Amino acid sequence: MDSSAQAHEHNFPERAGEYVRIGLILFVLTALEVGSYEIAHRPGVPLHDFMHTGLIPVLIVLSAIKFALVALFYMHLKWDGPLLKGIFSFSLFLATFVIVALLALFIYEGKFSAMIGSLMGATGT
Amino acid sequence: MDAHALHPATSTGIPNRKLAIWTFIGSECLFFASLISVYLVYKGKSLVGPYPSEIFEIPLVTVGTALLLFSSLFVVLALNGCEQGNRKKFLGWLAMTILCGLFFIGMQVYEFTHFFHEGLTMQKNLFGASFFTLTGFHGTHVTIGVIWLLSIFIEGVRGHVPPAKALNFEIAALYWHFVDVVWIVIFPVVYLMNS
Repeated sequence: MDSSAQAHEHNFPERAGEYVRIGLILFVLTALEVGSYEIAHRPGVPLHDFMHTGLIPVLIVLSAIKFALVALFYMHLKWDGPLLKGIFSFSLFLATFVIVALLALFIYEGKFSAMIGSLMGATGT
Repeated sequence: MDAHALHPATSTGIPNRKLAIWTFIGSECLFFASLISVYLVYKGKSLVGPYPSEIFEIPLVTVGTALLLFSSLFVVLALNGCEQGNRKKFLGWLAMTILCGLFFIGMQVYEFTHFFHEGLTMQKNLFGASFFTLTGFHGTHVTIGVIWLLSIFIEGVRGHVPPAKALNFEIAALYWHFVDVVWIVIFPVVYLMNS
């Protein structure tokens, strides 16, 4: 270890234990994701009916928790200032808005067209 | 005192390069959101096979996902070692991160080759076009990350990454974590919600 390293040795917090705990939680959450998928695709196993209908919400919640854990602890957002948190949060908001808007646009495109067509027909235009 | 105190003062109080990588990550969020949207919009609209449920190998991709998650743990441990001037910890965990990244790329190359032999190409159907575009761009990001981390590893072996320059590594680590969080979204959306 050089002198600069010794000088800075105690300036950075030791978080290795916390990182390992988060890693284990991420591993367990991934196992739960794959387990949910397997249960949903194997008729006859316990919780199959629930997972068959509720798989997508369960996966969304699990992946959101994993996403938040990595961003907060591994990317250090938990300890960073409001500017970096703001940049990332705003980007995530825009990204989510893009996904929801595009899905709404394409999934409901036909319904919107039919609705507008019926309205125009009703008004005689 | 933290890593920021080792760098010139800025009006934001945050090193400019760190602010730049976070802004870049923000723009990348929108890039991948667009690709994920395209995949979801085209989901279930392919007129000919192969279809996702016919060719996905969930156990293989689960191993790749676990490796990428562990690589995020390894790179943050390497950064911790770098900041503390512990060269052995820094290089050891960084080498593990690079290995995990290489295994992930290998998994994806195997998967793409397997799909190609099964008849799935970008031109075959909407699933092929949106799948290869989304996962291909992610794989490209992983490859760039591996090259970036490898260059830092070589610099570290030469002794050119002291704690005072830990920010150089922190920026690469942030990029690597972003690649990981993107996969955290892609894995369930593409592979587990395919029925």
